[in-house]
Amino acid sequence: MVTIAPVEPERPEPAGPGRRSGTGGLAALLVSPTLLVLGLVVAYPILSAVRLAFFQRDDGIDPETGLREQGDVFVGFDNFTDMFTGDTAERFLNALTNTTTFTLVAVSIEVVLGVLMALLMHRAFRGRALVRAAILVPWAVPTAIAGLLWRWVFQADGVANDLLPGAPVLWTTDGAQAWLAVVIADTWKTAPFIGLLVLAGLQVISTEIYEAARLDGAGPVRTFFSITLPLVKPTLLVAVLFRVLDTLRMFDLPYTLIGPGKDATDTVTVLAFEEAVKFGKYGPASAYAVVLFLYVAAVAFVFVRLLGADVFGTRKGSR
Amino acid sequence: MILSRRMALVTATAAALVIGASACGSDAGSQPPPGQAALEGVGPITLVTGKDTSGNLQNQVDEWNSAHPEQKVTVIELPEDADAQRQQMVQNARTQSDAYGVLNLDVVWTAEFAANQWVVPLPEADFPLGDLLPATVETGKYFKRLYAVPITSDGGLLYYRKDLLDAAGLKPPTTWAELEQACAKVLPASPGTACYAGQFEKYEGLTVNFSEAVNSAGGTVIGDDGRPTLNTDAARAGLRFLVDGVKSGEIPQKARTFKEEEGRRAFQSGELLFHRQWPYQYAKAGATDGSSAVAGKFAVAPLPGADGPGASSLGGHNYAVSAYTKNKKTAVDFIKYSVSEEQQRKNLEKTSQAPTWASLYDEADLVAKFPYLTVLKKSIENAVKRPAVVKYQEVSRAIQEAAYGAMSGATPPEDALKALQDKLESLTQ
Repeated sequence: MVTIAPVEPERPEPAGPGRRSGTGGLAALLVSPTLLVLGLVVAYPILSAVRLAFFQRDDGIDPETGLREQGDVFVGFDNFTDMFTGDTAERFLNALTNTTTFTLVAVSIEVVLGVLMALLMHRAFRGRALVRAAILVPWAVPTAIAGLLWRWVFQADGVANDLLPGAPVLWTTDGAQAWLAVVIADTWKTAPFIGLLVLAGLQVISTEIYEAARLDGAGPVRTFFSITLPLVKPTLLVAVLFRVLDTLRMFDLPYTLIGPGKDATDTVTVLAFEEAVKFGKYGPASAYAVVLFLYVAAVAFVFVRLLGADVFGTRKGSR
Repeated sequence: MILSRRMALVTATAAALVIGASACGSDAGSQPPPGQAALEGVGPITLVTGKDTSGNLQNQVDEWNSAHPEQKVTVIELPEDADAQRQQMVQNARTQSDAYGVLNLDVVWTAEFAANQWVVPLPEADFPLGDLLPATVETGKYFKRLYAVPITSDGGLLYYRKDLLDAAGLKPPTTWAELEQACAKVLPASPGTACYAGQFEKYEGLTVNFSEAVNSAGGTVIGDDGRPTLNTDAARAGLRFLVDGVKSGEIPQKARTFKEEEGRRAFQSGELLFHRQWPYQYAKAGATDGSSAVAGKFAVAPLPGADGPGASSLGGHNYAVSAYTKNKKTAVDFIKYSVSEEQQRKNLEKTSQAPTWASLYDEADLVAKFPYLTVLKKSIENAVKRPAVVKYQEVSRAIQEAAYGAMSGATPPEDALKALQDKLESLTQ
């Protein structure tokens, strides 16, 4: 995931035209198949989704035969203005809020649990291999299957209600409890992912530093905050970035665990899926997708630029 | 700047690709609608259907294939989930592929498929429509033209605990008031049993149950003119039956999470006195292998209503011919074969799916084998089809929104209906 590239010194600009004229053409020729593939699988879908976001299906129906007009009409920015101020604004803004709160809360809990798991997995003790494997099991379960498993746990006469005292909670209906159910399931599913990446980060910290800290009289808490955390921070930031981007486009868990159409758990992707696949409204669906795309891009930008997440491993220390 | 030159190259390549591809895309949309002339073309076709859980479909197809070796029918099985089936059929139609021939459509999809001209109008004279239950034939029509032929039907039934009602000396209720009285009389003596449930999770089943409640109170969701009619007393009475039921506890809270299967499990373990359910539950609840605690203790009755017997929502499946298949004549002939009395009888005997051939419901030996047939026929005859609108999926979602919100207590029923009426008015314009 984290590619390690040699750090190259800044090259001066080519001295003049013609210096690499022969090799430039050859290079372009050689990379063109790659560019073609990238264009097909990356650029084309994105651009075509953006284009689609400016169209709407013609909804007219012939009053005599009941047949529907064919084709799409260009509607300019209507799909986008509808989303923020029109009929669908309430549903969309609600979904955007859900997407954001899911990300903030779930990823925060996952980071804490993930780091704890990593610390546990990192220690040498009997049965460590077993613990490592056990912690990673949830991460290996396909999310849609995990959603169904948790649905079974959270159903009205399910395990969750058996364990909890008091009147049964209707987890899979609409409301705060449904939101919480998704957060619980998501945390269960992906805290191990953070644990795994942080474990990799822990393993490269040299034991000498810990020994030095011990000689200086630092306790375990001090050691954790002054040595472990700063040194594992680059890895942790990458892990958190991946989780944040992943959670922002969360779909399977709300869809399979709670079901679509619930105000408390509908995310932007669930909305886009319903609009496109169920209602056949590809224009508004693409507009949702485009807005989510920009949102995700902005978050990624903030992480890389402001927090200094070292995704490409190009900075010092990564060798 | 080498970098920017490369970027320009990438952009140019991508742009060329996009323009090329979108040109292909817009071509496809502007083709003239497929002709409505004679349905011609003889040769192999496909039958596209949801997962065949009955096991009889292949027998039917094999029989046809051995009689028509030149017009072989191949079964394409789609997932069991109705939404997924519809999705794949729509996808096939949007790409105008000839891969799909005869489509097995849910009754509520007719309007959408017909209006988009994904299926062709069929010649009514070719099919024995007069021998089929009239309510089922209606589901295949759109703007007075036949687009699909009913193959199986389905109607809601009121399952009730005969042992408990008999012990209290009661008859199955025909009105909601009688249902409530029966519960009041029976339930104090049987703790752990709740009064009534249907399918109240926020999905298509809730649309069915809400429409049934409105119809059973004498109202309609969408009137004959295709416009919503939810600002009536009948509609209010229908929704109030569901909302008050939850409020008073006659409908247990957890029934708001019930789809068909959750409800079936509850009824089978004896947690419900009355249950609105499809015929398929009859065999499962009657199983004597220990999986059902109510085997031999239940019976079925028509759904109750506000002032008399209620009206079920109509379920079932129709066969239609894809507009993009080549061999349309074979497709029509195969539908004719499938809808015949002989094939429907075989299908009923093997799978217990409700037929559309009216006289099968009155045959003594079949009634002996499937005791619910008589009640089911009554249910289907009185059944009301769900709104036949092009934007059915959106209409259904709006109905679920209103009914679910009202039943959870989040919205007062009056407001929910008012909002629903507005929403449906804009959807049916």
